[in-house]
Amino acid sequence: MALAAVIWVLTIAICYVFFGHYWWFPPPISQHGQDYDAQFNATLWVTGIIFFLAQFALGWVIFTYRDRGRPARYTHGNNMLEALWTTATALLFIGLMLTGSRIWAAVHFDGPPPDSMRIEVLSKQFAWSFRYAGPDGKFGRTDIKLINDQGGNPFGIDDKDPAGKDDITSASIKVPAGKPILLILKSRDVIHNFFVRELRLKQDLVPGMEIPFPFTADQTGTYEVACSELCGLGHHQMRTTLEVMTEADFNKWKLEQAAQK
Amino acid sequence: MPGSLTTDIAGGRGAPPSTPGFGDGDSGGRGASRRASFTGLLVLLAASIMMFAAFTSAFFVRRGLSDDWVSTPMPRVLWLNTSVLLVSSAVIEMARRVLRSGHRVAFNRLWTAGTILGALFLCGQYLAWRELNAQGFYLATNPSSSFFFLLTCVHAIHLLGGITALGYVDVQALRLRLGPGKRTAVDVSAAFWHFLDAVWIFLMLLFVFWG
Amino acid sequence: MSSSIVHAAHQAPTGFIRRYIFSLDHKVIGIQYYFLALFSVFLGMGLSVLMRYHMVYPDAKVSWFEKLWPTGAAGGIMTPELYLSLMTMHGTIMVFFVLTTAPQSGFGNYFLPIQIGAEDMAFPVLNMLSFWTTFLALCVMVAAFFVPGGAPLAGWTVYPPLSAVGPLAGPGEGLGQSLWIISIAIFSGASLMGAINFIATTIDLRAKGMTMMRLPLTCWAWLVTAILGLLGFAVLLAAGILLLLDRMAETSFFIPAGLVVSDQILNHKGGSPLLWQHLFWFFGHPEVYIAILPGMGVASQLLSTFARKPVFGYRAMVYAILSIGFLGFFVWGHHMFMSGMSPYSAMAFATLTMAIGVPSAIKTFNWIGTLWGGRIRFTSAMMFAMGFVSLFVTGGISGIFLGQPALDLYFHDTYFVVGHFHMIMGVAAIFGMFAGTFYWFPKVTGRLMNETLGKIHFYLTFIGVYCIFTPMHWLGIAGNPRRYADFTNFDFMGKLMPVHTFMTWAAIITASAQLIFLFNLFWSMKKGAVATDNPWDATTLEWGIPSPPPFDNFAGHHPVVNHGPYEYGVPGGAKDYLMQSDPP
Repeated sequence: MALAAVIWVLTIAICYVFFGHYWWFPPPISQHGQDYDAQFNATLWVTGIIFFLAQFALGWVIFTYRDRGRPARYTHGNNMLEALWTTATALLFIGLMLTGSRIWAAVHFDGPPPDSMRIEVLSKQFAWSFRYAGPDGKFGRTDIKLINDQGGNPFGIDDKDPAGKDDITSASIKVPAGKPILLILKSRDVIHNFFVRELRLKQDLVPGMEIPFPFTADQTGTYEVACSELCGLGHHQMRTTLEVMTEADFNKWKLEQAAQK
Repeated sequence: MPGSLTTDIAGGRGAPPSTPGFGDGDSGGRGASRRASFTGLLVLLAASIMMFAAFTSAFFVRRGLSDDWVSTPMPRVLWLNTSVLLVSSAVIEMARRVLRSGHRVAFNRLWTAGTILGALFLCGQYLAWRELNAQGFYLATNPSSSFFFLLTCVHAIHLLGGITALGYVDVQALRLRLGPGKRTAVDVSAAFWHFLDAVWIFLMLLFVFWG
Repeated sequence: MSSSIVHAAHQAPTGFIRRYIFSLDHKVIGIQYYFLALFSVFLGMGLSVLMRYHMVYPDAKVSWFEKLWPTGAAGGIMTPELYLSLMTMHGTIMVFFVLTTAPQSGFGNYFLPIQIGAEDMAFPVLNMLSFWTTFLALCVMVAAFFVPGGAPLAGWTVYPPLSAVGPLAGPGEGLGQSLWIISIAIFSGASLMGAINFIATTIDLRAKGMTMMRLPLTCWAWLVTAILGLLGFAVLLAAGILLLLDRMAETSFFIPAGLVVSDQILNHKGGSPLLWQHLFWFFGHPEVYIAILPGMGVASQLLSTFARKPVFGYRAMVYAILSIGFLGFFVWGHHMFMSGMSPYSAMAFATLTMAIGVPSAIKTFNWIGTLWGGRIRFTSAMMFAMGFVSLFVTGGISGIFLGQPALDLYFHDTYFVVGHFHMIMGVAAIFGMFAGTFYWFPKVTGRLMNETLGKIHFYLTFIGVYCIFTPMHWLGIAGNPRRYADFTNFDFMGKLMPVHTFMTWAAIITASAQLIFLFNLFWSMKKGAVATDNPWDATTLEWGIPSPPPFDNFAGHHPVVNHGPYEYGVPGGAKDYLMQSDPP
């Protein structure tokens, strides 16, 4: 009997914290982030109600049907009920899946707008590097033999290639607000993962692959980028920042970088 | 009671003492034990198929995405090996048939021949590996040769198990200990042998067309 | 086969070694497996407490850390690489040597033959080999702690290239990682042998009248688990061989070209890291069901027994187990939504994942339906079974979030995932084992476990696991990534430290509470109240034979089954239940 009470108290406590948003998402900084939160909230309500009802029912049967001397009901089940709740859960689950698929499609199927700004992302144990094409809009040739982390050339950009002369590399990522960005994700050694909480986005960087990954950030500010795929002993230190700037600030930053070269 | 999958033949626990049941109402002496042996064999084959399927899917994935795939030349001895293995399988099957009609001496001869042919196949495989090595193809030379050595090796390990089973039956037969209880061992090891045959043919197709 | 040998095989062997060490008796082997898992679970739990401690107090100096790991914890301060190797070994030991071993090989070995009315497993020698191979695998795994560089740090999923390029990628990635792979390959072999035995035994050695639809749900669960293990471990074995070759023979199955690790250019070409993930999760997802299905079987059996009611919707339960087993092979991709796999296949995997949620939901409804209108007896075994249902609901429901690729865009590899799988395949499965232990202990030993200790242990553990694992979901929502040795490098994680501290202390208390169970187990073996042959008024065949059972289970008698497995609350008789072997 005490078990019923324990289950109810735990259920209520859990629901209370979930709906009290004590430890919660940071505010979204993009349209995708808002869509994401809407889908999350829909799922949270549906599962929250199922969770509450299932736990409540469990506690209730434990409480009501404890051995009080009356005989148990001799029944082997009810096919109508089985069919009913099978259909209900199937519809509910598939429905959630379908509403969510729109968000997935926007990230992965729709393709980046043609005017997207391309930024190369290179991960290694345990640091991030980002590369911007210069005014020519082209990335220069790279060669792994030219990689020189101390010399500021983590990509191994070939100086002899004119397209690479104006490339800018940076240890953190800066983007202009409101402009569609297309990341080209590459890894040099093991698998890493690019994760920005505020964007509600995450993608593995797999050595041997170049994975395109679009996003648009609307809200200026500085956000933390955390590696989210185990990459070795420094995994927990693999941090950089995403700085979303106004278009003017961004252009200024790019000019400064170019001047420093 | 215990059936007689290869290891349990060696373990030597007996046939059932009396009629064990078979759930769906059927029951009959040695029946359950014999059935269990065949179920065990089928299950073993399923595991084996899964393993080769995993390697094969890796083969095609790896082949599809690489630019470093260099076809491994097929050593000519492989064709000889293939025919040796096929003949071996046929001979084992003949042995099984003559045993059914009670010809024990003929069975012993055929079964021994089949077992020796199986061992010959393994020797032939060794020659094939040596030949490839001589041409500069090793396990790590390129993905095609990696898969060639890997798959032939895994097949050879299976085959060693098969030869052990055949050999066990053979020794029992030559010592005239092949009572009715051991017929299961004959049938199970023969079936396993045919399976290895089929796997080999599959591997040959893989190497010839995609290797 | 001469009749004297047949007779000899029928008697218990007398020598100690044949009887208790290299025994062919499925009951002894079951107990051996149980104790192997018991050792492993305490080892794994110990590692997890150390990990939790380090996450919250990363700079703490603990002198005995240095004694245990002179290099990994030089000066008594745990290094991140030591943390990661503890994490890897915790996951590996728990998944393979506890969750795969105890519910299936332990309980299944002991009770499957008895419940179907057989005298032993179909292949006793194979059964013995399977145990000793598992034991060898555990020895090799534990040995990884003691080699230069220590235990591997690539996690229990050992994703290449991290796991494939050797010590360049980090300490523990040398010999330790190789031993890990070898151990898992040996374990796969052992599991295959076990699966062959379980399947052949269930299909062919059932007693007269024991039709498939009269099988106890435990047996159904063990059968389907064996099939999953058979197909899954065969693939894992293949994948392990490929990974080992990449490490030791310079092949390039999983290692792509152009890698620069620790400033060294590697000589590999063209392999695919994703190939490993596909092969691994093809095994890995069924593995989740290998862990939980036997728990579901035990829960069904116990809820029915102690609610004195037939299982609600027996057939639906069977079909649910079968469809979980079947669909379990088509959902592996949901572990890989963020892996760079085609986003289109992610949609297919997601749909199938939602589909597999349906039979799980059916089972939950049926468990509650079984309790509904019952006459519940609150034994410790029953408490754990009901706790299982609660945890199964909690753990299952977070899967609805993770199964959607869109929501996984945020939750992948956060603590949300850690909370999800610990709830469902960790503690729910372990509650199934606790329930099974309390339920079958009198059959195995002839004595009852102490109920008071059992209930204290239950409440501490039940509340404890909720306190450890529910907050993980909140951490996940706040974006805390998993597999971080400490949380000092990120600003946003600082705010989450109180939650981590709470979880760590909950873990320490809950882990200590397990000593109550350990004490109860060993104390009751010697001093527990003597049990009757059928202390729970249960119906399945094991309760119709003496406790502990004789060597050949039925003492030469062949049971005939006339009833379904869960005939409880039957009106009109002197007792409220019909045993399966009762006359029609």
